[in-house]
Amino acid sequence: MNYFADVRALARKDLLLELRARDTLPAMLLFVVAVFVVFHFSLPASSSDLAANGLLWVAIVFTALLGLGRAFVPEREQRVFDGLVLAPSDRSAIWLAKSVATFVFLALAEVLALPVFALFFHGVDGSTVAAIVLADVGICAVGTFVGAMAVVTRARELLLPLLFLPLAIPILIGGVGASVVDAPRRYLAFLGLYDALFALVCWAAFEYVVTE
Amino acid sequence: MPRPGPATIAAVGRRYRIPLPALAGVSLALVTGALVLVFFVVPNDLNQGFSQRIFYFHVSIAFTAYACFAAGAWKALVHLWKRDPNADLESYVAIHQGVIFGVLVLVTGSIWAKISWGHWWLWSENQLVLFLVLFLFYAAYFMLRFSVDPGPQRANLCAVYALFGVVLIPVSFLAIRLAQKFIHPVVFTRHGANFGGWMLVAYFVSQAALLSLAYTLYRLELSGKRLDARLRELRRAYA
Repeated sequence: MNYFADVRALARKDLLLELRARDTLPAMLLFVVAVFVVFHFSLPASSSDLAANGLLWVAIVFTALLGLGRAFVPEREQRVFDGLVLAPSDRSAIWLAKSVATFVFLALAEVLALPVFALFFHGVDGSTVAAIVLADVGICAVGTFVGAMAVVTRARELLLPLLFLPLAIPILIGGVGASVVDAPRRYLAFLGLYDALFALVCWAAFEYVVTE
Repeated sequence: MPRPGPATIAAVGRRYRIPLPALAGVSLALVTGALVLVFFVVPNDLNQGFSQRIFYFHVSIAFTAYACFAAGAWKALVHLWKRDPNADLESYVAIHQGVIFGVLVLVTGSIWAKISWGHWWLWSENQLVLFLVLFLFYAAYFMLRFSVDPGPQRANLCAVYALFGVVLIPVSFLAIRLAQKFIHPVVFTRHGANFGGWMLVAYFVSQAALLSLAYTLYRLELSGKRLDARLRELRRAYA
């Protein structure tokens, strides 16, 4: 139970920090709406709803990327990482807590983004929402992991999209598949498989990212 | 500060049973054999004619690239698990070979697609798309590696990322198969069941040739890198 107490404390710290400083979430919200407007003008009038569905997924991935780029900035700037690594808790708790916090930000951004999408383009169905929830889990798990890797490199912000996007391609395929076909169950199952597999690998390997 | 003699400087790298020149000779013989078999011995394919012969190289190169990525991931695991000081460099060199062979898969696949279907790039070719994803993934590996100072942390990051690769390969394969359902419903079938005799022999010989070529290049690159590291160490010691 101690493990989950650590996770809760760390996630609470991130959420409190955001509540007080309001760094990330407003930026994500503004970004996703701006992206929708850009997409509106990049879609010719005759293009189908399916194309807009695909663009919704692009918007989600890039908005997540924006949030992930900020995720480990406080740790880096204040050298909190050293303290966290020294703390007598399992290192994977750092990853899990950060994933939970990022998930909350992303979900909040989407709670606003989906109605805006419905307003600008067309409504979203239940299977799309289910796919988004499943995809968010994968995006946050993998994204937080590579975010922690990118933050110790010299290139930092430059490296995160390069590390993240190839890993996000399967998520995109599962998500777009679930929102455009009639029988989305296979795609949802695939997203679930992705989440389980990568969450396990991230959980097991995070120790090596923060220690020498 | 006392100067360390050459004997006190750690000899990096492990000893191998097969010496490099012998390995190079075997590779040369196998590659020659494969070329002879593919160009002069195997019969033309009934449907695709002469151009089908690129199959022997394309598929063998693809398998070799997978083998290199798997070797890189295995060495990464050895690094994380046993803290073997050689494993990091070995993992990097194996992935480097994998990327080179991966680019060759894209090139040969592209040529084959152009001749068979008239397009340089086909999103319906699962193997090509998968290698494009893998190319992007492993190209980012190099970005990661050269963006961190050499040391234990870099070795860890690279090892973890290399391990991600072996999870990503099957997941991407599955995802690309699934994507065919809504992006390209048409699936091309490559060749019929008439695949036997000399064709099988030619395939196995070219497979063996490319695997041994990849291993030779791996050893060559490794010895070069080790020599380089050793030289730098000596230079530092005598500076």
